[in-house]
Amino acid sequence: MKELIKELTEAYGPSGREETVRKVIEDKIKPMVDKMEVDSLGNLIARKKGPGKRVMLAAHMDELGLMVTYIDKNGFLRFSNVGGISPHILLGERVVFANGAVGTIGCEKIESMKDLNFQKLYIDIGASEQKEAEDQVKIGDIAVYQRGFQDLGRRIISKSLDDRVGCAVLIQALKEIESPVNDLFFVFTVQEEVGVRGARTSAYRIKPDYGLAVDVTRTGDTPESETMAVALGKGPTVKVKDTLIITHPKVKKIMVDAAERTGIPYQLEVLERGGTDSGAIHLSREGVPSGVMSIPCRYIHTPSEMVDYDDVINGVKLLKSILETPLD
Amino acid sequence: MLLKTLSESSGVSGGEQEIRNIIRQQVSPHVEEAETDVLGNLIVRKKGEKEGPTLMIVTHMDEVGMIVVGFEKSGLIKFSKVGGIDDRVLVSKVVQIGPQKIPGVIGAKAIHLQKPEERKKSIKIDDMYIDIGAGSREEAEKKVKLGDYISFITRFEEIGDHCAKGKALDNRVGCAVLIEILKKQNYPYSFYGVFTVQEEVGMRGAGAAAYRIKPDLALVVEGTTAADVVEVKKEGHVTTLGKGPALTIMDASVITHRGMVQFLKKLAEQNGIPYQIRRFTGAGTDAGRIALTREGVPSAVVSVPCRYIHNPAGILNLKDMENTVKLVDVFLKNLPEGGFNNEGID
Repeated sequence: MKELIKELTEAYGPSGREETVRKVIEDKIKPMVDKMEVDSLGNLIARKKGPGKRVMLAAHMDELGLMVTYIDKNGFLRFSNVGGISPHILLGERVVFANGAVGTIGCEKIESMKDLNFQKLYIDIGASEQKEAEDQVKIGDIAVYQRGFQDLGRRIISKSLDDRVGCAVLIQALKEIESPVNDLFFVFTVQEEVGVRGARTSAYRIKPDYGLAVDVTRTGDTPESETMAVALGKGPTVKVKDTLIITHPKVKKIMVDAAERTGIPYQLEVLERGGTDSGAIHLSREGVPSGVMSIPCRYIHTPSEMVDYDDVINGVKLLKSILETPLD
Repeated sequence: MLLKTLSESSGVSGGEQEIRNIIRQQVSPHVEEAETDVLGNLIVRKKGEKEGPTLMIVTHMDEVGMIVVGFEKSGLIKFSKVGGIDDRVLVSKVVQIGPQKIPGVIGAKAIHLQKPEERKKSIKIDDMYIDIGAGSREEAEKKVKLGDYISFITRFEEIGDHCAKGKALDNRVGCAVLIEILKKQNYPYSFYGVFTVQEEVGMRGAGAAAYRIKPDLALVVEGTTAADVVEVKKEGHVTTLGKGPALTIMDASVITHRGMVQFLKKLAEQNGIPYQIRRFTGAGTDAGRIALTREGVPSAVVSVPCRYIHNPAGILNLKDMENTVKLVDVFLKNLPEGGFNNEGID
């Protein structure tokens, strides 16, 4: 699966500009699904038919980005953030636009790091005047982190593991499930990072009986980190609660039973700040019992996110085990 | 001038009756149907030569303002804000209250009564009141009711070089644009015009209207911030007066449909209409709600730049308004029969 994760994480796809990563996924899953469609917001909805309940699985395709808001006479680009980025992690970072234009991030003179904000930062794409910059980049174009996939053996570092690793888990499960007992809708969503938007409209369209998002979650296993009882390498998580959802008790039980039945290591997750696509799915129409399976991930929303490959493999196993459960 | 009438009428979020009646009178002779939904949105249908994609053109009627929340024994009136207003702009403004448009002044302690340290601080809304010249609580309550809406009194005037000043230009300018469009004839496809309520308190009307209409696509017409003024560096201007309608790529509520935005840009270029890209990703419009209605609705936003929005008086350039009408007009005339696909049209 590492090749798949590499290909997905290295693809360009900030919120609202997911078409490149969507194409990668479409090509991979086309032979394995009964029906595939793209809705008006750009969500990719793939159905693998089964006799049971309608289950919506969601992993978001979009990643964070920087949108150009102004190009000055010397060719420097001002920007604002697309999704939750801290200005501190941008210093010295390299970014790349959809057309391949690369830039580095510079900062105006500041007295103290406390004064750092997006207004002080700019992207330098090596242009020496406005016209030269505008030949490559327009206002409204979005850059993403230029950081490749790095295989550390047991662990992986890359940009946008949030949530391309979730996309990879869905794709792998799709490959391995031949005749599903439930009616499965694999949804690769758009615009999660700007407010779980794609999941909302796709859930309305699908009218699922159950919802499950596969995303990353933060951990509490690094030096002096905020307390959180999730660690890398101890298995995928069964979410209990985050800012947007309280996991439906029935779904939580299905997930825990599926893990214990098959002896897959898992962790229970309470995320104090943050949410996923399930936050939108469970409030769709008349309400949808929903949950989240997360892959633990360090350094979320930075250019170098880290996951444990064993957690990814166990994530696929747990997802398959959940989906094999006959649901009522 | 239509914009003068619209700007000078009252319509604080939730209290849009007056402005809605004016708009209804303006558009009724030119549309097939006009109805008001449960939330108060005015939904009209303009007949075209044939039926195409279901399109809604949306603009909000409401303005930011205030609401009466209490009375002092002395007859002075306590109030709260409705929508986003900076407390610091309120003091000493002339306002009108309720359907009877009772005039009043937002009062606070006069300068010669303030202690030196008080003069250094801006006055909080809790320390302000509205004085309608009533001598007692009873007298005040005869004229003003709890929950009455309050709006600024600002005379609309054309000033300077093609500019106009007035209150509530966000979004009476959008209303003016849509009314002009609805008065025109011979569009190829039928469409809905929607004047929404309660945008300023959370884009509430638009979601309900979109749910009802089930549009295939939506175009929102707005008045947006122009910060092209002295204290703001160029990169913070957002939009510039006189440079034409602004197209939104992204704000805090929506990422607009790329195909529609490309189409609008192309039309502007082909027809010699100046346009600008809105250079800011904050704030939101009705498009945020519409785009996420039901299975999702491809949406775009075209805005008239306005300086000093959410204030007692703003300034816009009338040429920007005319060019916005032109852009919406060519959009309607050239709308592709099948709407827009997922990838855009470039």
